[in-house]
Amino acid sequence: MKHAIVASTFALILAGGLAACGGNGSSESGTDNGDKVVINANPFPSTYSPYPSDTVLLKDATVLDGLGGIIEGGDVLLVDGDIAEIAEDIPAPEGATVIDATGKWVTPGIIDNHSHLGVYPSPSVDAHGDGNEISGAVTAEVWAEHGIWPQDPGFPRALAGGITSLQILPGSANLFGGRGVTLKNVPARTMQGMKFPDAPYTLKMACGENPKRVYGYGGGRFPGGAPYSRMGNVAGYRMAWAKAVEYKRAWEKYEAEGGTAPTRDLELDTLMGVLDGDILVHMHCYRADEMALIMDMSEEFGYKVASFHHAVESYKIADKLAEYDTCSSMWADWWGFKMEAYDGVRENIPMVHKAGACAIVHSDSDIGIQRLNQEAAKALSDGRRAGIDISKADAWTWLSANPAKSLGIFDQTGSLEVGKDGDVVVWSGDPFSVYAQAELVYIDGALMYDRNDPDMLPVMDFELGQPGEGDVK
Amino acid sequence: MIRTLILSAASVLALAGAAAQDLAITNAKVWTGTSAGTLDNATVMITDGEITAIGANLGAPRPGVAVIDADGKWLTPGIIAPFSRVGIVEVGAESSTNDTSASGTDFSVALRASDGFNPSATTIPVTRLEGVTHVVVAPSNGGNIIAGQGFVADTSGSSDSVTQDRAFVYIDLGERGAGIAGGSRPAAWAALRGAFADARGYPARFMAHNEGDSLTRTDAQAFGRAVRGQQLILVNAHRASDIRQVIELKADNSSIDVAIVGGDEAWMVADELVAANIPVIIDPFSNLPASFSQLGATSRNAERLIDAGVLTAFAHLGDNGHQARLVLQSAGNAVANGVSFDDAMAAITIAPASIFGLDTLGTVAPGSTGDLVLWDGDPLEVMSAPEAVIINGEVQSLESRQTKLRDRYLDLDETERPLAYKR
Repeated sequence: MKHAIVASTFALILAGGLAACGGNGSSESGTDNGDKVVINANPFPSTYSPYPSDTVLLKDATVLDGLGGIIEGGDVLLVDGDIAEIAEDIPAPEGATVIDATGKWVTPGIIDNHSHLGVYPSPSVDAHGDGNEISGAVTAEVWAEHGIWPQDPGFPRALAGGITSLQILPGSANLFGGRGVTLKNVPARTMQGMKFPDAPYTLKMACGENPKRVYGYGGGRFPGGAPYSRMGNVAGYRMAWAKAVEYKRAWEKYEAEGGTAPTRDLELDTLMGVLDGDILVHMHCYRADEMALIMDMSEEFGYKVASFHHAVESYKIADKLAEYDTCSSMWADWWGFKMEAYDGVRENIPMVHKAGACAIVHSDSDIGIQRLNQEAAKALSDGRRAGIDISKADAWTWLSANPAKSLGIFDQTGSLEVGKDGDVVVWSGDPFSVYAQAELVYIDGALMYDRNDPDMLPVMDFELGQPGEGDVK
Repeated sequence: MIRTLILSAASVLALAGAAAQDLAITNAKVWTGTSAGTLDNATVMITDGEITAIGANLGAPRPGVAVIDADGKWLTPGIIAPFSRVGIVEVGAESSTNDTSASGTDFSVALRASDGFNPSATTIPVTRLEGVTHVVVAPSNGGNIIAGQGFVADTSGSSDSVTQDRAFVYIDLGERGAGIAGGSRPAAWAALRGAFADARGYPARFMAHNEGDSLTRTDAQAFGRAVRGQQLILVNAHRASDIRQVIELKADNSSIDVAIVGGDEAWMVADELVAANIPVIIDPFSNLPASFSQLGATSRNAERLIDAGVLTAFAHLGDNGHQARLVLQSAGNAVANGVSFDDAMAAITIAPASIFGLDTLGTVAPGSTGDLVLWDGDPLEVMSAPEAVIINGEVQSLESRQTKLRDRYLDLDETERPLAYKR
């Protein structure tokens, strides 16, 4: 017995040593023995690991598998943090926690691919405005994860709304706002403790009014700096991409031929990551005509937009979006707060879906993220009234599978498929009803939220000792 | 001989835009908002724009009356959005279209939001077709803690749709008010006390000067009704201590009529609000410590206030120029968080009617204004929508700029002609 413990300690040390070697190998500093300089693609690695979980059997629920399937009176089995089985009648394994979910609905956890939790946290005091590096129109070098305050009380509120993963994006002032990051919605002391393991990085870009307003009209001066117009926006993107193409060529030449390594440029590292297909572009873009320009531009430089965000006018070019094969991340009904949102319609989401394009319900809001299921319900019903017949099961793809695809994590989460992460929500009833609430939220099979157990509501540091501490949210 | 016209709920829109005529809505599930409760299979009669009868056994409508068969569906009073900017801003970020506030003016109380109201604004039909028949419209604060005077309008879009002009004075006494007043709550309160003195001292105080302690001559005159209790004072405040200050203000000026809007920590002073007879307009979505004034925010605010007996109305306070329509969703969420269905319905009908003195609105009863909504399901459900909206006895159009855009793009086929020709 003692022997075995010694052996496993040794194994740990060995594993640690190997990991350290790997770390050295990916160092950016060259060595005397001729090693090539390699850019470390993951200098702030995830430290998240799933919390302990029981074997859980959810019995007799209405199950939406997140792929368009529905099982009435269905069971879902979670084993070792993963989805082990979905069927009409699963015998309870020995030692399983069996939950009678009669009358309840079970769905994949909701994934919000547009959140600013942590970077624009509550309370929204000046000192907390870490979501946008407005200092320049092109700030592809900044990373949202470096502005995330993991103590944002918005995270547990989102958890109570059934959010199991979310993308934190920089704001939309800039042409290139910086990298986004995908998190598991599990409280942690550090950002790294929430970081979704192996999720690709993303790049936030922005069309339209914001960049030209912030820079062109900056500080009330006339003119401010570039861009001042939508022409300037597109020129700004293309200049940056042209530089990135050169940068990528320099690195490829160095890798093939050696010599002196190119000088590191953090901005161009990110853009090169996009051109290499490692970083996914998420682009704030309201107007249909602008999205069409961006799709052409992406082909000019050889990358793809993973999703347009806000995409208030996607319904006008839903066929073109389907042909290009990108997603639209949309609100159900926001409109009119700015000119590029003036043509918002309530049927945007179902109209995109109907065209065969990828439709996503997103929040961009610490309030909206708490009820994305209701936003889907509004869009679904408005679509049906307009003659677009979509099932609730299909509509759930807007909340889990499609956002997971847009973030490059669909192989791990976003649907109830055997082997995927146990990211599951038990709803008190039909989640397309305003009266339904998330009752149980599992992340990697671990129960992280239980509406009926006050001890199972995370309370952030900021709330301790304040009037809201531990209150019902 | 005029034939009796019987319309199904689905075809009732045929009446939209037609001249006013007497209506009978039969076979409805009526949420009355009165002690009569909810009536099944009831008929509601509207004559000359007013509800004249309601009941299960009214007999056959007389010839000439248009009959709408509700087929057992929900019929409610027109919904009231108790705090909005509907009709005074077209595009939020375009200042040329935004009449909500004016940071460059010297005036305050004298600013009448109704001067900026456009009954043809695109927000009006967008709000109406969700079942909201009346909007309370407040000015926003520009350069003064007193933003000006708000009004109440119906959503018919007609030229006479302002039903109560100068219905209230709107004042911000929270963090924003403190900032506007110079940087602190004491500055805001000093400014407010000065304004009260100016209004009380009008016109004597202005014999020798045009400027009072806080107000111009014009503003002091305009504030006169409010300080005498003849006009509601609506105060924006969240923090419990700020709300207590307002309660004290009323105690010191017992004649004034005050209501709170915002009120995220109102549940913490619920009993004091009841004792002071101060109603509250809250946003049931608001459950985050969004500022240091909202640390006690909780989705149980509504339940606790109503249980304590505070007269409580619900509003959607986020982008309330365009999204005032979400008041129904907010009420549904309040139900999910402990409020009864009837109380939630009251909070978007009778309660705001009571707060703003709209005596004939918010109920389905003889003598009430003929403002009704016929729903295709539970009115608070997010998947429900109105099948008919009736204002002053007239069936309203459910078309908006948004529905026209939708219809243009439902089919993207352009092989014959560009979509620009389609309408």
